[in-house]
Amino acid sequence: MTETGELLRNLLMTAWLLPLAGFVVEIFFGFGLFSKNPRHSKGAAWCAVGCIGTGFVCSLIALLVWVNKTGGHDTYEADKGVEKGWMSVIADHNHGLHPHGDGEHAEHSEHEDGDKDHAAGGEQGHEAEGDTDSHDDKDAHAKPHNEEASIEGGEWQLASVTAEESEEHSETEDSRSAAEFPTAFSGRLYTLGEFGSLIVSLDYYIDSLTIVMFAMVTLIATCIHLFAIGYMSDELTDDYVDHFAHTSDGKHVHRPGRFYRFFAFLSLFCFSMLGLVLAGNIFQVFVFWELVGICSFLLIGFYTERKSASDAANKAFIMNRVGDFGFLIGLMVLWTYFGTFNFADINDEGQVTGGLFSMISRSTEGEDLGNVRVDEDGAVLITSPEGEVLQDADGNNRTIPYALLVVAGLGVFGGCIGKSAQFPLQTWLPDAMEGPTPVSALVHSATMVAAGVYLTGRFYPMFTAEVLLTIAYIGGITLFVAATIAIVATDIKKVLAYSTISQLGYMMLGLGVFGWAAGLLHLITHAFFKSLMFLCSGSVIHGCHHEQEMPKMGGLLKKMPITAICMLIGVLAIAGCPLFLGLHFSGYHSKDAIVASALAFSEKNPGHFLLFALPLITAGITSFYMFRLWFMTFWGKPRDQHVYDHAHESPWIMCVPLLILAPFAWLCAYGGDQGDLYVMLTKDAPAHIENGVTAVGDGVVLPEIQEMYNQHEAAGLWALTSAGIGFVLAFALYGMNLVNLDEMKKNLGAAHGFLANKWHFDDLYDGLFMRPAHKVAAFCAWVDRTIFDTTLHFLARLMVIIAQWDRIFDEKVVDGFVNLIASATGDFGERLRVFQTGRVRQYVMFIVVGVVILFAVVFSTFPG
Amino acid sequence: MATLNAYLLVGAVLFVCGVICMATKRNGIGVLMGVELVLNGANVNFVAFSKFTSLGLDGQVFSLFIIVLAAAEAAVALAIALNFYNNHLTIDVDRGNKLKG
Repeated sequence: MTETGELLRNLLMTAWLLPLAGFVVEIFFGFGLFSKNPRHSKGAAWCAVGCIGTGFVCSLIALLVWVNKTGGHDTYEADKGVEKGWMSVIADHNHGLHPHGDGEHAEHSEHEDGDKDHAAGGEQGHEAEGDTDSHDDKDAHAKPHNEEASIEGGEWQLASVTAEESEEHSETEDSRSAAEFPTAFSGRLYTLGEFGSLIVSLDYYIDSLTIVMFAMVTLIATCIHLFAIGYMSDELTDDYVDHFAHTSDGKHVHRPGRFYRFFAFLSLFCFSMLGLVLAGNIFQVFVFWELVGICSFLLIGFYTERKSASDAANKAFIMNRVGDFGFLIGLMVLWTYFGTFNFADINDEGQVTGGLFSMISRSTEGEDLGNVRVDEDGAVLITSPEGEVLQDADGNNRTIPYALLVVAGLGVFGGCIGKSAQFPLQTWLPDAMEGPTPVSALVHSATMVAAGVYLTGRFYPMFTAEVLLTIAYIGGITLFVAATIAIVATDIKKVLAYSTISQLGYMMLGLGVFGWAAGLLHLITHAFFKSLMFLCSGSVIHGCHHEQEMPKMGGLLKKMPITAICMLIGVLAIAGCPLFLGLHFSGYHSKDAIVASALAFSEKNPGHFLLFALPLITAGITSFYMFRLWFMTFWGKPRDQHVYDHAHESPWIMCVPLLILAPFAWLCAYGGDQGDLYVMLTKDAPAHIENGVTAVGDGVVLPEIQEMYNQHEAAGLWALTSAGIGFVLAFALYGMNLVNLDEMKKNLGAAHGFLANKWHFDDLYDGLFMRPAHKVAAFCAWVDRTIFDTTLHFLARLMVIIAQWDRIFDEKVVDGFVNLIASATGDFGERLRVFQTGRVRQYVMFIVVGVVILFAVVFSTFPG
Repeated sequence: MATLNAYLLVGAVLFVCGVICMATKRNGIGVLMGVELVLNGANVNFVAFSKFTSLGLDGQVFSLFIIVLAAAEAAVALAIALNFYNNHLTIDVDRGNKLKG
């Protein structure tokens, strides 16, 4: 297993760092290195594709290695206790390693000889060795928990594998903490700095979520890079005319093409996103969080000459700062009370030796099952991985006030709200559609905005029930609000943008109601079908010569069949359509899982019925607006003959990515909760989600995983009915034109206006923040102009007067004195000139007279 | 036997003659001669004091120095005179008033 860990780390680091190398090459040399006519060169694009493509290959190998290793062990572990199974795996793979510990070293080298025998001897041998090793582990447990030692030892780590079938577990308290991280590698790549006990470092943390995210991000990014080569090809010119940007004299902006720069930014984005996923501590996540933020800013504002684009870039950046402020507060709380940023330190033996996730332990039985352990004052105990309470220097138990743990969770989730465009910070995402369509596909639908969901999932062990409830409600509000707005949006990209927000809301809701795997499954499936749909919309926009308004499209099915079919697959996937002999569309599985989680949750907590009703209704709305989009764009008769006549299918380089993504969008969640993807994700689910969480006081009950499984049938039926109604409505309204839409719009004017104005969120923020800010700014400007400026002017004038006086003093007194000395000296010299005749004889006379006078004086003075 | 005063008188006469010669001659060579007279006036005084007082040989050694110095000075002065002549075609010292302030 150690070799596996090293292999995985190297593979993922290659995939992570290659785009950075690509970025450096593209931004510094992309312009002009590859061709004599640099603005026409596609070199930078192929460089970017090569980097991310290689990254995908690495990620794919990592995925295969992972599946091979973890899958292989499950089979024979099932009949053993978790501890033994886990240990045997360690023993199996640990001997190539040189343990740094003192006591263990001898023991391990003894085993080394016998290792081959064990391998041949099969299970019996493993079991025996597992026993011996578990003694070692107890020794290790007995040692005082030392964070620094674990960091040094954790240069790279070992995985532990556990069977996830709950029925077969007979867990002791000891093995519980080990099961907290069933399969994970973590370690330190580079220490950036140490400030006292604060260590800022680059770590890695590899578990199945990391691996799946890597494969997903690199695959989608590769497709989108390819697509962008076609989509951005009009930038391959020395004189790009931007029809949407005007100079002050009303002409279109002319500028050189920026093809290479686009790909450099894309590469930088890939690097940042992969770094975020690979990060082994929350601070590193924050760093890469900001990096993807700046990439998003650069890419939204790619057409920087358009005011709308630069405004949208600013808006996205500023809105994210609001969320990041919460993130920072969360980081401060975490650092203050836990003293570490690491997710989990795992030593060479695969044991968790520290890190945030193990410092909060949860009850495994009793009335407070699944809740965090608290002391008699209600403060949360900070524990070692073995479940023992850590002591501070004075010998008191280390604790964190419960409220502050909630604050930390809410703070980190605040960052996720900003990044994942959740209510109330959702308004930036639709505006972000000002960026080129590949950017919308990669950054603002498939990967970056999913980073918030990813972090919520990654940070799950730290969230208390209150935080989860907040997450669920935020997600619920978001998904409903955004879906309703999408109904009336007419810009094809805006519809998809609101759909993205809505789907992100689904994921958050899923996570919030304890459907951990459901939320993350939806993250993966959504990434595939949403990137597919965005690329299709990009293809439509490209084919229609940058026409984005759906009311001007229609009937494009004949003109661009590949795009239309791929889009249909995406639409069926997002609508959650079950089809074709069990080969259900991916959205059916993931949305079903979320709705099932919500149903199980709302049955346990009848007061939170909305959390089931909202996603159910929205499933119908989703289906409605997505089919509306498809019918308006591809079905029926052309509404604008001009657009229709000039429309054409996109070139192959744009169609191939669609054809690659379409099968993934359809089938990536194949098998649903029995399928490979879901099982792989659940392998690393936080331990406490399995048995649910019982209510404390008035709190909520979180359902156990089995209860969610039991709801799948019912939930699937409900969601399908809802989606079916949505489809029928959409078909009736937009497919068959049964109703006059303009008439309807007029009758429902108020509602339509409300939705078309995006629930007046922009107006609300305008009124709440912008106008008051302007008022305050105007007041400040007034204060500045009247009070500060007057004071300054008065002081300035005073200084001028003083300076004038000073000048007079200088000129008359100081200069006068100096001049006086000078002129006196000059006058004296002028007088002495008379004696300097230049005649030798005269000088002799002077000497004689002088000597005579000297004698006379001397003799008269000293007569004696 | 001549007295010290007689020697001093001769020295004083030589000195005054030299000074008058320096002050009156416009010829550079004449001035030089005046200088020699002044120096030798002083020499007579040194030698006289060395004979009549406890000054001893010091006075005579001093006068020897002065003779040597006078020779050196004469050599330099004659070189100046030659150069002066080359430039002015005369050795009238009144023509050389370049040092006028």
